[in-house]
Amino acid sequence: MSGNQRETRLASRAVQVAFLIALLVLWYLATTRWRVSPLLLPNPLVVLRDFWSILITGEFIGDLRVTLTEFVSAFGIAASLGLLFGYLIGRSQYRIQIFEPLFAGIYSVPIILFLPLYVLLFGLGPASKIALGATIGFFPIALNTIAGFGYVDRTLVIAANSMGASDLQLFRYVLLPAALPIILTGMRMGFTVALLSIIGSETIASLAGLGHRIVYLAEGMEMAPMFAYIAFVVAIAAILNTLVSALESRGRRR
Amino acid sequence: MMPDQVAIRINGVSHQFGQEGEARHVRALHDTSLDVARGELICLIGPSGCGKSTLLNIIGGLLAPTSGSVEVSGKRVRGPMPRDIAFVFQENALFPWNTVFENVNLGMVFQGVLLAAREARARRAIEAVGLKDFAQHYPAQLSGGMRQRAALARALSLETGILLMDEPFGALDEQTRMILGEDLSVLLSRAEKTIVFVTHSLGEATFLADRVAVFSARPGTIKKIITVDEPHPRRPDFVTSAKFTSIRNELYALLHDEIRKTMAESSASAAGGRAP
Repeated sequence: MSGNQRETRLASRAVQVAFLIALLVLWYLATTRWRVSPLLLPNPLVVLRDFWSILITGEFIGDLRVTLTEFVSAFGIAASLGLLFGYLIGRSQYRIQIFEPLFAGIYSVPIILFLPLYVLLFGLGPASKIALGATIGFFPIALNTIAGFGYVDRTLVIAANSMGASDLQLFRYVLLPAALPIILTGMRMGFTVALLSIIGSETIASLAGLGHRIVYLAEGMEMAPMFAYIAFVVAIAAILNTLVSALESRGRRR
Repeated sequence: MMPDQVAIRINGVSHQFGQEGEARHVRALHDTSLDVARGELICLIGPSGCGKSTLLNIIGGLLAPTSGSVEVSGKRVRGPMPRDIAFVFQENALFPWNTVFENVNLGMVFQGVLLAAREARARRAIEAVGLKDFAQHYPAQLSGGMRQRAALARALSLETGILLMDEPFGALDEQTRMILGEDLSVLLSRAEKTIVFVTHSLGEATFLADRVAVFSARPGTIKKIITVDEPHPRRPDFVTSAKFTSIRNELYALLHDEIRKTMAESSASAAGGRAP
């Protein structure tokens, strides 16, 4: 990287940090100087105190476990089915013609609208969240896997065949590396939408989980701890995101 | 030609894409026969769409002919024959996620060469094409000419008797093409390979070939075979010789009518008429 590029990146980092600090300062001023009601906007220092107490008392563990279990199950289902169907469909132009528009169509529908139906079918507990998260996560993963395997440069496949590649070798050395970057993008999108929909659906209809906790606190007008929990969820999401990014860039380097 | 001198025997091969009556029906190749001698370099030249690439794919077993047959070393071709035939494609046939070395190595993995032999063979092939210092580069880091050298190295490492080259320098600029042609001539005079080389370039055909097969317009078949009687490796000053010019002119005259025919046909079908 040239020095100039590094400087530009450093400068934009600085602006980003300054923006966040300005936001916090505005928040603080709003609650002190400008007298915004603490029922709408609690003092950031109080929120920080509550955040800290949530962390050290460990009261978040129960809800976090529920949400993470839901998420891991949902993403596991979405990824395995998405990859399987994506591969099976992507290997045939005929099946691509049938299924790709179908999946793309369903993907553009806000599937969260079906939450009431899922609750009726699977109950208020984790099962309905897992089913919804899996459904929503499935489509970007399947669609990207189809694109990954379906549009591998034909010249490469022909070249491999001409050199005597077996089906397994073709998959391992040609199809998979060609498809992997697109598949990883799909996995990442699936990860994001599954997490969003699970926490979102917890706020709508649930018995436990981080989303449930936030709504519960809001309904009790306990704004400072609610904000603290929101900050906590943001932090968890950021950690998961960093983790996925690291895995993704590792996958891309191969 | 004595039977044991024949490396490739093409018997009345015809090929059509699609079925009769379909909109996409194309008669690409019509009743083509040709014997290629062992160790010979034969160029296929002709107007675009004349079926020369189709014929190359049929020889290599990548495409089954509609009728007729191809024999390689006495065996009928029914699919890819990686132990006998290696391909060099026009461009972008290197695996972009692998280095030059890995690309060459992978070809041998596919072909079934044992691990112990692969490294030395890969090294030798990469050196032969002059890419020794670029073995660890990825295709995207190389120029077009270097990529084609790498593709040639991959084909050479397979140590097949036959090399099929489908416009391997077609996407390169004239200068690079000339240099690669000279290098190829030197390389191949040592390698004792049978080569079928598809090209658009009259100069390239004249410079490289022992014989040039000129194709007629679609449906293509061999119209005439011109012999280039000049020993390999060809020297750069062969290009300026009277012999070169006269052969090139002869090819030009043969091709000219066919290219006109192709143009007339394509403009007729563009105007909505049916091609004869």
